[in-house]
This record gives sequence, structure tokens and C-alpha cells, in this order.
Amino acid sequence: MSGLEFLLAGTLAASLPLLLAALGEMVVEKTGLLNLGLEGMMAIGAAIAFICVFHTGSHVLGFAAAALISTAVAMLFAILVIGVKANEVASGLAIGVLGLGLSALFGKSYESRTISGLPKIDIPVLSDIPLIGPTLLTQDIVVWLAVLGTIALWWVLNRTKLGLIIAAVGENADAARSIGYPVVLIRLCAVAFGGAMCGLAGAYASTVYTPLWADGMIAGRGWIALALVVFGTWQTGRVAFGALLFGILSLGELTAQAMGVGLPSQVLSSLPYLVTILMLVVISRRRSGLV
Amino acid sequence: MSQPALLRLSKVSKRYGTVQANKEIDLEVHSGSIHAVLGENGAGKSTLMKLIYGVEQPDAGHIYWNGQEVHLARPSDAQVLGIGMVFQHFSLFETLSVVQNVSLMIPGKPAELAQQIADLGDQFGLSVDPHAMVHRLSVGERQRVEIIRCLLLNPKLLILDEPTSVLPPQSVRRLFETLRKLQADGMAILFISHKLDEIRELCDTASVLRGGEVTGRVDPREHDARSLAQLMIGREMPNVAHVAPRPPGEERLRLNALSHPRASRFGTTLEGIDLKLRSGEIVGIAGISGNGQQELAALISGETRAQEPGMIEIMGKKVGHLGPMARRKLGFAFVPEERLGRGAVPEMSLADNSLLTAHGRSMLSRGFIRRSVERAFTRECIETFDVRTPGPDAEAGAMSGGNLQKFILGREIMLNPDVMLVSQPTWGVDIGAATAIRRRLLDMRDQGCAILVISEEMDELFEICSKLHVLHKGHLSPALDAAETTPQEIGRYMIGAAT
Repeated sequence: MSGLEFLLAGTLAASLPLLLAALGEMVVEKTGLLNLGLEGMMAIGAAIAFICVFHTGSHVLGFAAAALISTAVAMLFAILVIGVKANEVASGLAIGVLGLGLSALFGKSYESRTISGLPKIDIPVLSDIPLIGPTLLTQDIVVWLAVLGTIALWWVLNRTKLGLIIAAVGENADAARSIGYPVVLIRLCAVAFGGAMCGLAGAYASTVYTPLWADGMIAGRGWIALALVVFGTWQTGRVAFGALLFGILSLGELTAQAMGVGLPSQVLSSLPYLVTILMLVVISRRRSGLV
Repeated sequence: MSQPALLRLSKVSKRYGTVQANKEIDLEVHSGSIHAVLGENGAGKSTLMKLIYGVEQPDAGHIYWNGQEVHLARPSDAQVLGIGMVFQHFSLFETLSVVQNVSLMIPGKPAELAQQIADLGDQFGLSVDPHAMVHRLSVGERQRVEIIRCLLLNPKLLILDEPTSVLPPQSVRRLFETLRKLQADGMAILFISHKLDEIRELCDTASVLRGGEVTGRVDPREHDARSLAQLMIGREMPNVAHVAPRPPGEERLRLNALSHPRASRFGTTLEGIDLKLRSGEIVGIAGISGNGQQELAALISGETRAQEPGMIEIMGKKVGHLGPMARRKLGFAFVPEERLGRGAVPEMSLADNSLLTAHGRSMLSRGFIRRSVERAFTRECIETFDVRTPGPDAEAGAMSGGNLQKFILGREIMLNPDVMLVSQPTWGVDIGAATAIRRRLLDMRDQGCAILVISEEMDELFEICSKLHVLHKGHLSPALDAAETTPQEIGRYMIGAAT
């Protein structure tokens, strides 16, 4: 397999955890909240999904359990921030740490165990297209669902009343309340959605992308997803594009190593994180009008 | 009138903690009438409207709608009855279009709503582009959107909370025409204001509120502004004795073709602003907030650095590149428009707030704070400037707007500045305190201080300034002599009809 084919085949799958988590967080931020606990919510989702698939063999159950547990952790955040008005940043970091800790605790006895991933689907006609057929267009079911889900989310946010209400709550919660919208409920739903998406992202990472349990396997992807929301300026299409870009970067690192690029592997592995920092600097400079 | 009143309040009371906001209020509003609710800030007008609109519930008393007693637990209950409210601070969403804003409240397809908006616009003189983004609209247009949004719910009673406080004179005329058309259509209108001339011109009934109680029910057309004011504040209107200003002295502040790009998408770019301010004069900058007032104030105070040092001169020195501290050392003082957060730190005591700008007045000794000096300074400020507070240890955030403003202004005046910038000096301040603040500014002027006042209140500027400029979309008008210009001329500059 050439480097290009490798990238074509793997990018979507590599981007998927980033995409799901970032889209979830985007909805949370659109309602005017900020949940910094993505990393932890992904980690606990990943652990629960792995354990579930390990014992039952059912990926559907694994994804469902991950979505549930991460939503539960997100609800803890909601209780702290919406319920008792605790500081958002501190609460987000706290539940992030909690998620990471729980993930390590539950995953302890599964260290280095493996499960089977999901099969790639051959779609007639599409798979026969040269080059991209067997690579880009041969993906597992979750990838296809995520693509559809992304389009659906775009449609909801940009074309429906619900999307309008979400934008309104995020821009001016007091005004939204004064014209009779249940601001608390809308935010609660958004936080739950963000949690569920992180759970799914974690589940994909641990049960499909690399079906092997290792502590700390989320490896900063929650933070990258957080940066992606800003990078994508809270727009579905741009966030998805950003996720793809980072997917390529993380694969490019492997490709480059395989091709023997003369850089230490540590430099290459740190590339996605360096690019994240760079992106955030560029964006914040542009937003404050310095560029 | 034989038919029952559309809305009737009977002995309605509301208490917040120790404050009796409304006490046994009786009120009757009839269809086809424009009814004024008149009172100073803090007289209980807003509370009363919240009770009528269902935002808050009364502790005691009854509300009747068409003769039937009603309980309004939330705004939607009021809306169902046919009560619409236009808020003083607009409840629009800036990042959405007019139609989107309307559709958040009114069911219907966007295309149909756009048509309804256009129809209402024609009928009542409320023209606005349905597809424009709200953040691009002028204040007058935003208010029209708010009114349209209410009218689409087919209200029988429309409440307007201080609708003219943010409008230039031309838009006020237009609003009044709209309201008269609605009145002729049979609608009842509750018009809340503290502007007496407007009420005399527009309203047929007025209820005067003072200290949470109704102190008078009059036909405002039969009273002059002076007697209405007396009802409103319960004593003779304080006169500001006009001492003719002495001829101004040397130049203290100068802006030379000051230009600055906007910092964000919602900011204003300032272009080629020229201004001269001499000792012993007060120069006013009129205009509606959001036309570059905040940007200009930040540039003059030093919070934002100018692009060239020579764009700003204080006491003859080029200071465009200097920070606030260095400018203050030259004899500059600044009273910002946000009292909490910029003028004072809400969580800190008044004494500690004194320290923020007055630390140079021997409050520090080898880096340590001399608490006794700090307290003495604060106490003097409280006494001299009639700040009503328990003492120097009171938290700034717990004070009323007027009292805090008196404190901040007093703190700056006690620094004996040579040149002072005061932004929106009487925003949200009651008449008594506002008069005292203007009095102080005139005293300062007579002692030779050079004062620049940025304000939305045109009456205030005409009262104290000798020269006026108007800021509109980042451009400053030439200096106009306050004795020769008129509110109409200023108004033309405010909406960009004159340059």
C-alpha cells in the first residue's frame, strides 16, 4: 500500500473521534457554555465501550453504554454549572480529571487486551472506482453514520427552528428567557448531547479504530477536539474539515516514519499538538484584530 | 367611561427584601389611550411593568383584565391576554436576521413573516428590511423590530419602557407618529418615561410614581413640565445656576486626525478625529452609543494606545503611546461609563477603590498601603460629594448607580485634574444625583479644569457644554457652539444626515 492509499483509507477513521467530540462540544458552546472535560468524557466512554464489547461482543451495546456513561458525567458538569452555578472552567477540568481517573480504574484489568474491530463495508459500484474505491470509499458502518450525522447536524443548526433557538440562547440567554424559551432545559440538552458525542468518540477510538485497551489511549484527542471547535469558528462544515485535517496529520506521522523521514518520531508524534497550539494562536490574533 | 377598563390594578404591592418597590398601586388603562407612567429612576416604574407583564408576581393586590381578575405567572400568560412589551434594553439577537428574530416568537414560515413585517411597516410607519442582520441596524430600526414583534402577537395593550431614551430626535418624532396610529386603531399604550415634554406631547393620562407610590393622576396636557416635575420628585426642581463661563484658557487636550481601526467585528473604526479642549471649558460629544464612543474614550484614557504618539496630546505632550498611568501623571483623570468593573471594583470596599486612582496621594509608603490615609481620603470624598453609604468599608458593588457615580466622580475630582474625560456621567442616575453631578462639573470648569463629556443625553450636554461635537459611525462632527446650535441640528449629525 502506498503512502497515498494509506492516507485515503485511514483519514476518515482517524478523524472520527475528533469529529464526534468536536461537534458535540460545538453544540454545547453554541448555547453559551464551555465544557472543558472532553478528554475525560472520551476516556470513560472508551473504557466502558471496550469492557462492554470485550464481554458481550456487541459493538452496538458498547457504543450505547459509552454514550450513556459519558452523558452521565456531562450531567455532573451540568449540575455543577447550571444547577449550583459553579465556575465553568474549574467544573469542566474537574469532570475531565474524574473521567480520566474512572477510565484508568475500570480499564486496569483489561490492559493490553484486544477485541475485534468492525468490518469495512464493500459498497457495490463505489468500491470498484479505481484508487478511491477500495480506500476512501471502503469504510466501516460508523464512518458512514457519522458522515450522515454531520450533514444532519448542519441541517438542524442552519435550517431549523431548533438551530435558531440554540443560537439565540447562546447569544443572549436573558433575552431568550424573556421571550419564553426554557434556557436551562435547552442548555441541559446541549450538555447531554455533547457528553453522548464524546462517549461515541471514545467508543470508536477504543473498539474500532484501535481495538486494544491501553490506559491513556485518548492521548489528548479531547483537547484537540476542543481546539477544533474554535478553529472551525463554530460552523459544522469547518469543524468537520478541521477534524479531517488533523486526521491526516496524525496518519502522516505514521506514513512519514514508514517512509523513513529523518526526523525523530517524538517530533512527528507531537506534530498534531504543535499545530493545535499554532492554530489557536493564529485564530486568537486574527480575532483580536492584530492581523 | 361606561365600559370597564382594559387593565385595572388594585392596591398592588411588591417588596424586594427591605425595599418596598411598589406600594398599593391603583392604575386604570383604557383602550385607545396613551397612558404615561412617570417617575424618577428607582420610583418603581420598572417593577410595576414587570408585574403587569408577568415577569414578577405581586405580594398583594389584584390585577383585572376587561373586568376579570387575572394571575400572571409568566410573560406568556400576559401575551395570551394581549399584553405586549417593548423593553428598554432590547431583547433582540444581534447575530440573527430580523425575520429570524421574529420567528423565534411568532410561528410561521419565514417568507410569510417577512411579508407580515413589511405590511405592518407600511401600515404604521415601521419600515425595516426583514432580511437585514440585526447588528447592522440603527437603534431606531432595532426598536421598530421590537415593536413589530409585539404587534404580530395582536396585543390590546402595548407597554413601552423608556422608548425614547436611546433615540435621536428625528426617530422620536417617527415613533410618536407610529404610536398615535396605533392609538387611533384602538390600542392601549403604557408609556414609561421620565421625559416630561414627551409625555405632555403624547399622552392623555399620566400616573406619577414616587418612592413606589402613586402620587398623582393628571392629564399631562393641562400641566406644565415644572409642575409635573414637582409631582415626580416631590420638591421644587433644583435649578442649575448658570454661571457664564470665563473665556477658556490654554489648550489641555488635543486630538490630531486620530484614526484607529476597530478591534472586533462589532466595534467601530475611528477616522480622522480632530478636537481641541481648553482649560475652563466643557466640550460635549453627543451621539448614540455604539458609534465609537467606547473606542474614543479608551484611546483618550490610554487603555488603547494610539497608532501615532502625536495623535493625542495632553498638556502639550504627545501621549498616544503612553499608558493610562503615565497620562494620569500629567494631570489627566477619567470617569468611564461602566461604573462596575472599570470605574470601580464591585467586590472591593470604597476605601480600596480610592486607592486605585488616588494611590499617588501619599497612600503608599515604601510599597505598603497607609490605611489611615486611604480611609481619610475616602471619608472626605463621601462627605464632600454627598455619597449615601454606611462608610468607607461599604462594598462598591452594593451601592446604587447614582451614589457610586458620585463617589467615582468625587474620587477623580479630588485628584485636582487639569483635564478630565467623563463618559456618560448620569446614565441610570436619578434626577437629584444627576443635578448634583452636573453642578460639580460646572464647579470644576470654573476652577479652570478642562472637561470632555461623552453623553447620550442631549439635554445634559446643552445644559453644561459650551461646545458640542457629534460622533457618528466613527466620524466626529466639527465643533458646534452650544448657544447657537439646536437639538434638531445635533440630531441630523446623530443620524448622519449632516456631516
